[in-house]
Amino acid sequence: MERPLTQHIHPDGTTRTLREYVKTGGYRCLQRLSSGLAPKDLQRLVTDAGLRGRGGGGFLTGTKWSFVPMGADAPKPKYIVANGDEMEPGTFKDRVLMEGDPHGLVEGMILAGYAIDAEVGYIFLRGEYHLSAQRLTEAIAEAYAAGYLGKPLPGTGFRFDLHLHASAGRYICGEETALINALEGKRAVPRAKPPFPQTVGLWGKPTVVQNVETLYNVPHIVNQGSDWYHRLSRTQDGGTKIYGISGRVVNPGWWELPLGTTAREVLERYAGGMADGVRFRGLLPGGISTAFMTEEHLDLPLDFSSIPPEVGRLGTATMIVLDDHTCPVGFVLNLEKFFARESCGWCTPCREGLPWVVRILMSFEEGRATKDDLSLLEMHAKWLAPGHTFCGLAPGAMAPLQSALKYFHDDFEQHISTHGCPWSKKSSQQRILV
Amino acid sequence: MLSDTERRELEDAVKHYPDKRGATIDALLTIQRRRGWISDDTLLEIAQFLEITVEDVDSVATFYNLIFRKPVGRHVAFVCDSISCWIKGCEQVQEQINTLYNADLGQTSPDGRLTVLPIACLGQCERAPALMIDQDVYGDVTPEKIEQIVEKYK
Ligand SMILES: Cc1cc2nc3c(=O)[nH]c(=O)nc-3n(C[C@H](O)[C@H](O)[C@H](O)COP(=O)(O)O)c2cc1C
Ligand code: SF4
Ligand code: FES
Repeated sequence: MERPLTQHIHPDGTTRTLREYVKTGGYRCLQRLSSGLAPKDLQRLVTDAGLRGRGGGGFLTGTKWSFVPMGADAPKPKYIVANGDEMEPGTFKDRVLMEGDPHGLVEGMILAGYAIDAEVGYIFLRGEYHLSAQRLTEAIAEAYAAGYLGKPLPGTGFRFDLHLHASAGRYICGEETALINALEGKRAVPRAKPPFPQTVGLWGKPTVVQNVETLYNVPHIVNQGSDWYHRLSRTQDGGTKIYGISGRVVNPGWWELPLGTTAREVLERYAGGMADGVRFRGLLPGGISTAFMTEEHLDLPLDFSSIPPEVGRLGTATMIVLDDHTCPVGFVLNLEKFFARESCGWCTPCREGLPWVVRILMSFEEGRATKDDLSLLEMHAKWLAPGHTFCGLAPGAMAPLQSALKYFHDDFEQHISTHGCPWSKKSSQQRILV
Repeated sequence: MLSDTERRELEDAVKHYPDKRGATIDALLTIQRRRGWISDDTLLEIAQFLEITVEDVDSVATFYNLIFRKPVGRHVAFVCDSISCWIKGCEQVQEQINTLYNADLGQTSPDGRLTVLPIACLGQCERAPALMIDQDVYGDVTPEKIEQIVEKYK
């Protein structure tokens, strides 16, 4: 099984230097740019490869690039931004890449920049990733010294500058238009779309925001071609994916596997199954903005096209497992507390609705909930559904809630009938600190 | 007044952006590293340097989890309270910190050594529960390990 993104990452957690990276073929594909691969050809290659965004949305990367105005009349400068905000709870895949092989991101950025003719790139990194920041800073310095950055690439006239932007910790900055405001030094609330960033983005210029893992795929596609890339996966979407798992399993961790691997394989074969003494009840397939999957869904291929919309979506593919020793209501309360705290406060339904949801869920845990509270939760899942709020944060918050109400209905009912939490570890942890 | 070193650091930061204002977060983080927190006076100095209003700087400063608008202890312990760490018992970790250092969430220990804050998922979920002290991350934390971990932060 091929693992192009992670095969060279050191198991001991140390990073890879420029010299090591080059030795295993790193920066080699820049020569293809010099020998005549035009930006439009690169866009087409990535489209043919079927690369879909790894930030959670799964949008076709090549298609996104094709919206950027090109040619002599296009606005200048254009920007390419790596989204390394990675604050989605349960998600740690971009960190693995940036810490383990920082030059892969630098090279991916140069290529993506070339494809849309962007002369400047930013890596937007969450503030807590200090080790990633240190290693990326070193990698960028090495790449400048070696002439991959800051100098025209031989035979192309294309010159690319790359900066690292360390953020200061706020989940909404991962939303691409909020990220753009954050980079401009403004309060990071999302912007209205349209116009889309591909035409009007950073400082009003065409901008493409791409997830870190997405960008790591680009050099490999250029080196080995779109047919090879398709063969890596088991489904119609191309490539591998970093799958991760956390919760009470024997061996929590991450693995680069073919896209379309099932949750059962990750859980049983790679993570070694459930930990001693606990049983599986459900999982969130990719971060907490995705809907629960239960036993009946474990054999679905985990990719961007095989999960039926009524079941959910893949998200970031780093799953979180719910076991039978953990209260599903308490679990969802923890998620909603996160969303309420991280809501940017820009639009009313989200700013007011999420704390309300938290208070209702608290009433379940504390034994005060009635049937009316159950319907109130159902109603919130509708009020905060896609289309009712300014950005995707609130709808994301409703995905686990709505699916929990469906699959764990009896547990909610039991909280009402027994006036409290049957799992009742103290609920002190659920104090709201918003 | 910004010191010469601070000014030099800010001058480096603004080079990365076509508009000085882009360096707002860099400026806040840089100065906070030296001064520990962001006071009203600091806001004004940053605003003057970036040639924007104090309100502009404060609207950014108050938005982020890692910018402190109040004084903090000599060290800051961030306890992850997101889902994977909650499943694995982050509240026991936090309670143990409170027991040992007399600082509940949002508080500073009476000796000024440690401020304890909750933080969103640290991206270390495979080794939950996770804890970050200043810039160092610890995984698979248990209440029993706390004393030994905190030991080196005087
Ligand atoms: C609330 C919210 C948070 C997000 N956080 C991230 C993030 O941390 N990293 C990321 O790559 N995408 C995140 N996204 C998705 C981005 O808006 C954007 O779609 C993505 O960066 C595009 O990259 P991709 O096409 O390569 O996936 C978030 C979206 C929302 C609504
Ligand atoms: S949905 Fe929430 S996070 Fe998104 S803009 Fe509205 S308030 Fe902000
Ligand atoms: S949930 Fe605590 S590190 Fe991810």
